[in-house]
Amino acid sequence: MPDAVVRAGEIYFSRAVHEALDEELARDPNVFLMGEDIGVYGGAFGVTKGLLDKYGPKRVVDTPISENSFVGMAVGASLLGLRPVVEIMFMDFIALALDQILNSAGKLHYMYAGQVTVPLVIRTPGGAKGGYGPSHSQMLTNLLVGVPGIKVVAPSTPAMAKGLLKSAIRDPNPVIFVENKRLYPQRGPAPEGDVCLPLGQAVVAAAGTDVSLFAYSAMVPVCLGVKKALAGQGVDVEVVDLVSLQPLDRAAITDSVGRTGRAVIVEEACVTGGVGAEVAAVIAAECMGSLEAPVLRVGAADAPIPASTELERMVLPGPEDVAAAVRRVMEW
Amino acid sequence: MTDTAVEDVLASYHQMLLIRFFEEALSDLFTKNLVGGTAHFCIGQEACAVGVISAARPTDWIVSNHRGHGHLLARGVEPYRVMAELLGRRDGCCRGRGGSQHMSAMAQCFLGTNGITGGGLPIGTGAALALKYQNSDGIVLVFFGDGASNQGTFHESLNMASLWGLPVLYVCENNRYSMSLEVGKACARTPVSERASAYSMRGETCDGMDVLEVRRHASELIDHVRSGKGPALLELLTYRFCGHSKNDARVYRTREEEAQWAERDCLKLAREWLSTHGVTGPELDGAVAGAKEVVAALVVRAMACPHGDREDATGGVYA
Repeated sequence: MPDAVVRAGEIYFSRAVHEALDEELARDPNVFLMGEDIGVYGGAFGVTKGLLDKYGPKRVVDTPISENSFVGMAVGASLLGLRPVVEIMFMDFIALALDQILNSAGKLHYMYAGQVTVPLVIRTPGGAKGGYGPSHSQMLTNLLVGVPGIKVVAPSTPAMAKGLLKSAIRDPNPVIFVENKRLYPQRGPAPEGDVCLPLGQAVVAAAGTDVSLFAYSAMVPVCLGVKKALAGQGVDVEVVDLVSLQPLDRAAITDSVGRTGRAVIVEEACVTGGVGAEVAAVIAAECMGSLEAPVLRVGAADAPIPASTELERMVLPGPEDVAAAVRRVMEW
Repeated sequence: MTDTAVEDVLASYHQMLLIRFFEEALSDLFTKNLVGGTAHFCIGQEACAVGVISAARPTDWIVSNHRGHGHLLARGVEPYRVMAELLGRRDGCCRGRGGSQHMSAMAQCFLGTNGITGGGLPIGTGAALALKYQNSDGIVLVFFGDGASNQGTFHESLNMASLWGLPVLYVCENNRYSMSLEVGKACARTPVSERASAYSMRGETCDGMDVLEVRRHASELIDHVRSGKGPALLELLTYRFCGHSKNDARVYRTREEEAQWAERDCLKLAREWLSTHGVTGPELDGAVAGAKEVVAALVVRAMACPHGDREDATGGVYA
């Protein structure tokens, strides 16, 4: 990390994303941004504010509301050597671009037998935050991890957001970079300068000996809170931040369960067919000998996200759900 | 008429013959159950591919659709490698991974056929964005059908290409049927080229069976696009003499209609033109026999080529 400078203060998650974009735009003339309202407006969540002024309309392209086609255009541009970074304003809108993600971005490198690469990043904020309602709140990671050929990354801290986004932009593969509306205003340390973090690696966010909590995105801080709360009750929780959802860091998962013998997977997406199912399958296949309790999943109810904030809370997993699952595996 | 013009048409005639016999040979392989999956033949539409692509530079990029064998051959991708790909063999352009609808040849600036109707439109438009970004004088040709002109990607792509003045020529091969649905029942208004006006771009319709006409219109619009005046839409009125794909009894149209279009077969029109411009019968017959021989030989060679291995099947998903 030669260029890294640890700054005195902490920065917002959204600022960390901004810095990664800014630095990559400055570093590589082939990097450019596309998306709805990312220019003058600065992005629906303000992430790209100021970049239009700094880099001009060639590098920061405000698109019409045409998700499938501007994602397809980004694929086409990447085939000719550019490195587009696309913003999809809300993760739910990724449904509109799924054809180009599934049938083009994820397949072209393989189906053209390596003649092309698709160095494309799609940034999108998932997650529910106080009443955005059914079409603006979902965490759709379970749709994406089943698409071969794309990588899916979901950072939980400003430092990760910055370092992983820089790596995603330099990666030769299409990467879906899952941000989270609840994380944008969270603060944390993040290095100044050119620090990349490796894609594909989970991180032990907090070590423990009794039970492994596997989480990603905004559920990581929730799990860290649960760890703190349960420490007083004599339960030593390990929190593993999965970070990379496709590919999964299988070794990190099995290592952690090897240490603790118990596993709970926590995610904001619906439990059915999700990342949690995949992690549970890895544990079932690899960790049979060390398991001391059943593997549990905690996630959103299999329901759309309601608009009412009261109802929203009932659908989403909260710290009490995580704590209950931990107690259950501890009492097994 | 200059000798060069005659030579050009003769060259186009050779290419159209190659495409016709290539497609007929492939159709025969399907009939004999020697090819898996499906394929969409461009028999009858050869003048579209040949007329447009011969008007472009070899360094201009091509994005094709599900009916793309003619585009590949007109671009000069080695016919053996195209056939090997169609047969799923190791020597295929994409080592058997892509097949008919997912075949690219980057060395020939061929960005790929596409199995999603309308899927190639944004990809080609994005390639044009890259060319403009890189200050290239290249352009992109995007081929699609009348059916794709009803996809959102058609409208979205034309809109953005026009807004940003991208160097792309959209080529709609209107063969009158999106699979079975007749164009009058699929498009609220025709010709398709009129849709260009909604996006403030030049749109033209021309006879897609006459390779000279196709080439003349394509040349003009390619000049327009290359000179930086923005994208254009060229609609070619054509007809596929075969069904949509290998299993199609063509119940949605009459044999009389087919016979009328057969009168305007692009091969027939080109041959007539060449005859009246001094090319002799034996020369023309020689071209036919030559193309048949080439195709027969490449089929034998492709059939003998082995399939790929497990690495070809499951490797290389990520770069």
